[in-house]
Amino acid sequence: MHKFSWYEAGSVEDALAKVNATVSEIVGRKPNNSSVVFKAGGVDLMDLMKEGLVNPETIVSIKSIPGLDKIEYDDKAGLRIGANATLGEIENNEIIKEKYLALHQAVAEAGTAQLRNSATLGGNLAQRTRCWYFRSIHHVCFRKGSGVCYAQHGENEFHAIINNSKCASVHASSVSTALMAFKAKVVIMDSEGKKKEVEIGDFFVHPETDEKRENILKANELITEVVIPPVTTGTKSHYIKYVARESHDWALADVAVTLEMTGGKCRRAEIVIGAAAPVPLRLDEPAKALEGHSINEKLAKKAGDIAMRNATPLAKNAYKIPVFRAIIKRAILKAV
Amino acid sequence: MKKSKDKSVRYSKSGKGISRRGFLKGAGLTTVGTVALTGGILSDVHAEERTNREVLGPDAVVISLKINGRVRSLAVEPRTTLASALRDHLGLTGTKIGCDRGACSACTVWLDGKPVNSCLTLAVEAVGKEITTIEGLGSEENLHPVQEAFIEHDASQCGFCTPAMVMTAAHFLKHNPNPDLEEVKVALRGNFCRCGTHPNVFKATIAASKKM
Repeated sequence: MHKFSWYEAGSVEDALAKVNATVSEIVGRKPNNSSVVFKAGGVDLMDLMKEGLVNPETIVSIKSIPGLDKIEYDDKAGLRIGANATLGEIENNEIIKEKYLALHQAVAEAGTAQLRNSATLGGNLAQRTRCWYFRSIHHVCFRKGSGVCYAQHGENEFHAIINNSKCASVHASSVSTALMAFKAKVVIMDSEGKKKEVEIGDFFVHPETDEKRENILKANELITEVVIPPVTTGTKSHYIKYVARESHDWALADVAVTLEMTGGKCRRAEIVIGAAAPVPLRLDEPAKALEGHSINEKLAKKAGDIAMRNATPLAKNAYKIPVFRAIIKRAILKAV
Repeated sequence: MKKSKDKSVRYSKSGKGISRRGFLKGAGLTTVGTVALTGGILSDVHAEERTNREVLGPDAVVISLKINGRVRSLAVEPRTTLASALRDHLGLTGTKIGCDRGACSACTVWLDGKPVNSCLTLAVEAVGKEITTIEGLGSEENLHPVQEAFIEHDASQCGFCTPAMVMTAAHFLKHNPNPDLEEVKVALRGNFCRCGTHPNVFKATIAASKKM
């Protein structure tokens, strides 16, 4: 890890006035590059720095900003989670556990308890992919601008099976799988003090749109909150993360399902999968298949089958297709 | 961790990139010299109300850390991790560095009472917080119940992961005084042990819960 200077910001405005680059913008830049970037929990940034992928000249800590870690709930307005709230704080929030079960489940299975005590929600959304070609300083991959995705014909067992022809990396945030199923919005503030709310699905950027970024954040912008609409009393949800190790691991496949149930029938459904494509995927057609019906095993299986219809697996990750079919079906049945 | 060549001269003289002076002007402060970073600013850093914010580093700055109830002063660069500060600067080698990436949890310490990876925490971030390491949990004369139970149940082999296992288990039992085996497994699943001592670690943790 190269040397850097350290500044603890006193406010969002203070932090935004200092920062001049996103972490993604400085991937691969040599040290002494005059870059000033944010750090919250720093779980991902420290990893990128230790690997030598990112060498900021100055780090502005936003952990010191007061009030950015609030978790508030209101029956009408829904849930607001400050960007600096740690995953551990979200995991232990009783209201989230009661009303947004799939989010609680996704957060509780992210990383280790130790990591969750440091990792913030904002940082979780802004983290970079775990693709080992991207994480390697020896590979100038598609995401680093070379036009070559080494995963296409390389070690691709953990890679994408959908929308994967240019870059087969998958987004690392399993928390966002659940947030998307609850139709969360990301609140972003810019250096002029303007705030905007972005649908979380529009927050993530596919590599075919811009290979060097995974989200829309610009250098003069900071996530301040995530807002989640209130859920109806009949809303049920469930999250499943499929991993290679039982202890803790990155998802091989994950799914979050929310079902709005009235009179034994599903009125609305949201199904979102992660670790399938370079961004978390909302599955419209499988969700539509559930709407208007009472949920049974046959229907749940159908949703899983539809979801995988257009999959284009690589040499070593076709196993993900039956895994996704199974966990989508299972999550729907568990949610009811 | 790779050590870079010392570029501090370039930072202060060449003006390449953002100089510390220029940066501080932007921050609304008027004067600063490099030496100032070891003097007056530090008292501000430690003050409860941090009104006078300054840029620290990239060279070593003197900070104070409250470790196991005792305030210790040390000179660290901002890039120094808490794990390195504890081990290399203060000789508190009970905290281990395994993967150095937050995956194995051998570096677990408590920060304000919560277990964190000290390998992913910067020493400068720990200023003003209560740090508890294995050295502060119990003493040779007066072992923590979890330490006693680990000895009694033969819960370590090579011992490298043990201090962090103990820190995690002790924190867990504080908040869950009466756990079942499944809860203990979940609580300790972040801590890797390559020798495979987990069955005895779980036994020891359950046994300790009965003594606490």
